[in-house]
Amino acid sequence: MAKNTANASQRRAFVNARLFDPARQLDQTGGVLIEDGIIKWIGAAVTRASLPEGTDITDVKGSLLVPGLIDMRVFTGEPGTEHRETLQTASRAAAAGGVTSIVIQPNTQPVMDDASIVDFILRRAQDTADVRVYPMAAITQDLAGEKMTEFGLLKEAGAIAVTDAVGSVRNSKLLSRAMKYAGNFNLLLVQHVEDFDLAGGVMHSGESATRLGLPGIPAAAELIALERDIRLVEMTGAPYHAAQLSCAASLDVIRHAKARGLPVSCGVSINHLTLNEHDIGAYRTFFKLSPPLRCEDDRKALVAGVADGTIDVIVSSHDPQDADTKRVPFSEAAFGAIGLETLLSAGLSLVHSEQLSLERLIEAMTDAPARLLNIQGGRLEQGVEADLAIVDMTAPWVVDADLLKSASRNTTFEARAFEGRVTETIVGGSSVYRLSNN
Amino acid sequence: MAKTSTAPRRLVKSDHLLSIADLSPAEIGALLDLADNYADSTRKGDRHGKVLKGLTQINLFFENSTRTQSSFELAGKRLGADVLNMAVSASSLAKGETVLDTAMTLNAMRPHLLIVRHQSSGAVELLAQKVSCAVINAGDGQHEHPTQALLDALTIRRHLKRLEGLTVAICGDIAHSRVARSNIALLSKMNVRLRLIAPPTLLPSGAENLGAEIFTDMREGLKGADVVMMLRLQLERMNGSFIPSAREYYRFFGLDQEKLAIANKGALVMHPGPMNRGVEIDSIVADGVQSVIREQVEMGVATRMAVLDALSRNLDTSSKARE
Repeated sequence: MAKNTANASQRRAFVNARLFDPARQLDQTGGVLIEDGIIKWIGAAVTRASLPEGTDITDVKGSLLVPGLIDMRVFTGEPGTEHRETLQTASRAAAAGGVTSIVIQPNTQPVMDDASIVDFILRRAQDTADVRVYPMAAITQDLAGEKMTEFGLLKEAGAIAVTDAVGSVRNSKLLSRAMKYAGNFNLLLVQHVEDFDLAGGVMHSGESATRLGLPGIPAAAELIALERDIRLVEMTGAPYHAAQLSCAASLDVIRHAKARGLPVSCGVSINHLTLNEHDIGAYRTFFKLSPPLRCEDDRKALVAGVADGTIDVIVSSHDPQDADTKRVPFSEAAFGAIGLETLLSAGLSLVHSEQLSLERLIEAMTDAPARLLNIQGGRLEQGVEADLAIVDMTAPWVVDADLLKSASRNTTFEARAFEGRVTETIVGGSSVYRLSNN
Repeated sequence: MAKTSTAPRRLVKSDHLLSIADLSPAEIGALLDLADNYADSTRKGDRHGKVLKGLTQINLFFENSTRTQSSFELAGKRLGADVLNMAVSASSLAKGETVLDTAMTLNAMRPHLLIVRHQSSGAVELLAQKVSCAVINAGDGQHEHPTQALLDALTIRRHLKRLEGLTVAICGDIAHSRVARSNIALLSKMNVRLRLIAPPTLLPSGAENLGAEIFTDMREGLKGADVVMMLRLQLERMNGSFIPSAREYYRFFGLDQEKLAIANKGALVMHPGPMNRGVEIDSIVADGVQSVIREQVEMGVATRMAVLDALSRNLDTSSKARE
């Protein structure tokens, strides 16, 4: 992100845009002037005529202009499995999807459980990444669920939250202590909610799994873990975030917890909002996700949960896997799918089909994660760093895995026709992605 | 490949036999008719050595199975195919070779028929996407074992002269059984009244949506059954994880004379083998007059001959179309 500083000192402006920022309830035609990487002037008054001489002006012809997206669940392979994804390739994928900040999960090799690894990731990001990179460190050493990491030192090194990534902290006593301790350093504790003993399957437990002869993961695996965690939040009073929910019943648990005033929040992946267990078809391993894709009723309930604010954030849960981990029998395949580049377009499909308002969609990917993680961004207002995305709301495109910027190909949206696409992404005033017309 | 002036009729649409779900009732009927003929003619001592002459059949078994492998081997040899058995030892998998690596290697040897057993559900389907020969699923994980269901149906049909309208009870470890899944799929297609009998821990999730009546009391489930199909209980399920012990299982879910008497008079007793005598079935019943277990083995060879024959017909036309 430091690369294009030459641009940042110049004046750049977008005019004739639909300025859209749910945090400020902004939805109007106007423009943005960027100077020194900062939003200098924004509003209806910003037009070609009103801008100072020498400004590089782009007429976006009515395209949507939103705060750059913040994706709080991104896996990369750096360090450890760089052939799947580096911080650089992940950041390019992010930029192509209008994502200006990515929060890196700690299950790297070695695990991000030490300040030196956080430091390494931030330095690599500084040198190679096109978007802002925030590390989320491990809760327990080596993600083993046994001993806490040094939350204070990790935070000093630049970690913005703690999580055991794809693992759930199993020991309730340890988790309660981690909650208290993380709360004291103002670090959000993010938990993958899954009961260890009830999990162990490879897809949603039910008729489809039975017909495919695959071991299932019941909804109760999520519910039990979530309900336990919420009891611990009640006990400790520390902020808690459930990384991704997959079942309708989990929403009742969250609603109830929020109604009691507990500091609880939760997320959902774009996959769980747009796909269901039937997409697995004949053992398509790209749809093997954790938590698993569940029933259509669950999917609808999750969308409704985003709409009514029960679910706070939407993530891509971008998880690059290669042929070695995906071109194998379903039970042996790794969990996960890439998603940074398709996050917004898939989200817009919910808006176009009138399942979700544009306001809630954008809020759940901008202001909501920024506030949860206490990081900059997520807003369009004078004086903030210019992180934004220009989106042609009606541009049709068809996903072709070979053309995606990610180093991996495991998309759940191969050959899917979308309406709406990012045309330009700006980080700190610099253009990090521009859609070519051919 | 030699072209005969009267090419045999195509029996099934698909180029592979991966699951019962891919077959229509008419295709199942046609396969059973052909298998029936092979069973009769084999008994009469006919030789069929020309049907698969010049074709190569590879039996690729990632999981050991003496019975199924011998059955396929014999079926292929009776029809004149050149049969090669490949047991993929755990060692080559330990060396890092994947299912697809193995499949591509074998495919390069240009076999015509590939018979595959694998311990993972869906593995045979994955492999079929990558090879250019006909693939027959000889059992994949807990998914399907289609030739077993066909041979079971043939055995029933030969004894009871029909499938439609019969009541068939499948008893035992339904949750982990590919034999059960294939039988449920096939028998429902043929309008059989199906019953599944098992302790709740051995019933799969969503069993109530499989089109069968569910019973956890074996005696209740056996009332009015024309066929009692027992399943093998794997040893690792008996150690307290799914059921407390083999002796408790035998008491409540083992087929003995007393329980068999509850079923219809003369009800057929079946088992896909190998049996755990004294666990899921009593020896007296297994070897008794109502047992057709040994005949299932015989029908296995005839059924596999029919399947090999049917798929080779598609192979012939499709390879010509490619040329």
